[in-house]
Amino acid sequence: MQLQKEGKKQSGGGPELSIDSVTRTGSKPKIASVRKTWSMFWKAVVLMGFIFPFLWMISTSLQTFEETMKFPPTWIPASLQWSNFVEAMSSGPFLTYFKNSVIVTTSIILIQLAVMIPAAYAFAQYKFFGNKILFGMVLLAFMIPGQVTFIPVYLMLADAGMIKSLWPQILPFMSNAFGIFLLRQYFMQIPQEIVESARLDNASEFKIIWKIMIPMSMPAISTVALFSFVSHWNDYFWPLVMTDSEAVRPLTMGIAMLRETEGISNWHIIMAGNVVLVVPILIVYLFASRQIVKAFVYSGIK
Amino acid sequence: MNNTRVWQKLRPYALVLPAMIGILLFVVYPILYLVKLSMFKYNLLNKDKSKFIGADNYTEIFSRGDFYNALLTTVLYTVGVVVITMALSLFIALWLNQNTRFNALVQAGIFTPHIISIVSIALVWMWLMEPNYGLLNFALKAVGLPALPWLQSSSTSLLSIIIVSVWQNVGYYSLLIVAALKNIPQTIYEAAALDNASKFKVFYKITLPMISPQLFFILVIMTIGSFKVFDTVKIMTGGGPNGSTTTLVYYIYEFRTTSIGYASATGVVLMAIITVLTFIYFRLLSNKVHYQ
Repeated sequence: MQLQKEGKKQSGGGPELSIDSVTRTGSKPKIASVRKTWSMFWKAVVLMGFIFPFLWMISTSLQTFEETMKFPPTWIPASLQWSNFVEAMSSGPFLTYFKNSVIVTTSIILIQLAVMIPAAYAFAQYKFFGNKILFGMVLLAFMIPGQVTFIPVYLMLADAGMIKSLWPQILPFMSNAFGIFLLRQYFMQIPQEIVESARLDNASEFKIIWKIMIPMSMPAISTVALFSFVSHWNDYFWPLVMTDSEAVRPLTMGIAMLRETEGISNWHIIMAGNVVLVVPILIVYLFASRQIVKAFVYSGIK
Repeated sequence: MNNTRVWQKLRPYALVLPAMIGILLFVVYPILYLVKLSMFKYNLLNKDKSKFIGADNYTEIFSRGDFYNALLTTVLYTVGVVVITMALSLFIALWLNQNTRFNALVQAGIFTPHIISIVSIALVWMWLMEPNYGLLNFALKAVGLPALPWLQSSSTSLLSIIIVSVWQNVGYYSLLIVAALKNIPQTIYEAAALDNASKFKVFYKITLPMISPQLFFILVIMTIGSFKVFDTVKIMTGGGPNGSTTTLVYYIYEFRTTSIGYASATGVVLMAIITVLTFIYFRLLSNKVHYQ
């Protein structure tokens, strides 16, 4: 429906033709402005469809149990039940979960950067025997998901006696294949003259990486780091299959377990825990949505 | 002098070494280990009692109804997610393509769920889909429609899971398509306008072919991503009711402690499917796709 409306509005022009120009040149400016309002209305409805569940989550997290069990639903709680948060957070060792999430995520990002920047540089700068095979392995790593390899990786790390530590959540991600791939592309776009003139000045390769490559590819590096942060902070599958004790579990698992510890129908408590998990990322997104959107688009089209 | 020559030869290998160690340890070796495990009746408590049984696990897989059920569920899920997400994100991208502030706001809003943990999203949607007090049934009743059982019935559970996945990812894919649309040179549209080409023809003959590489890329990552669906199933339905949402990865997960050999064999099958899918896509579609 909407597509057709948009189509009619733009008849005879490319998709860049603005609504304003149609209003000016169109024979029926009034209809055009009605259509514009109509289209904005529907866009707002769609936007609500994606934002409302989060608002509903926040509202529920501040309701009493009785309010959540009302029909029709309680939109805004009569009095704000902050105690729900206390109850959710005291149902398990949430401080430990939070600490684990922070340690795991930061370690992964730091290790990945240290591992992937030199590798991407080598693949971008040198032709060496076997480089195609090695790069093929990077692509293989990109293709094979953790859902395939988790059983052998678990057995391996259990044999190494690591299951009671945080390493099983960190080490398997040391090589970020996607990051190597993306950074290599980026490094290859950096003009070779800059690298060559640095070499003529007797700069070491380390210095070239540190002083030229990294500063010049900051957008790509921060994209990869951001990507890594979001996916590992949010990860549920890997910690689920790699951990068997509370002491090493991350926040996502703690929240998911609220249903078992707090009872399936205590939605006000479950949503309170959920708010704790979601709101930090939502706040970051609110302030940096442009950069985040850009980073995701960038990684998607490269 | 000779030492520097040797070092120059070795340097690239030294630079890629840490990355390669990671890939060898956590991708290549596990794949081989997985294949090995798949040929054993593995004893978790006493490894020495593990028994080599050749292809028996595979014979078992292909003779069990629950495996075919999991495979079919995964295929249905994938087709559902890919078709709906593709159609919706293409539609949204065309709709929000113009460079206005409001469109940018709507795009950012639709994208939001993509950066939120699937745990939160699954929990919020479980609450929305709650049969007695959930908002979705309230909305259905408010407009005079019958309430749905959502996750509680095997006839609607898979669809409910599909809806959640589409909702989470449609914003990301429409952003990718918007970016692709912006790369189409305007001169082509101007030429088409001179020729008085119809809107539909412009879309079908220009827009679609021009963004086909990106659509193809999206198709590949969406299909593979859908094939490994697990999190929503684990949190929202636990594979039920009656196995109606038991997907391949959930199936593997269920056997991971009780029957490691069998789970590994299923893992090999999943890996084979993902590999075959990737190759088929590249063979079939690379001919038809327009590259700039």
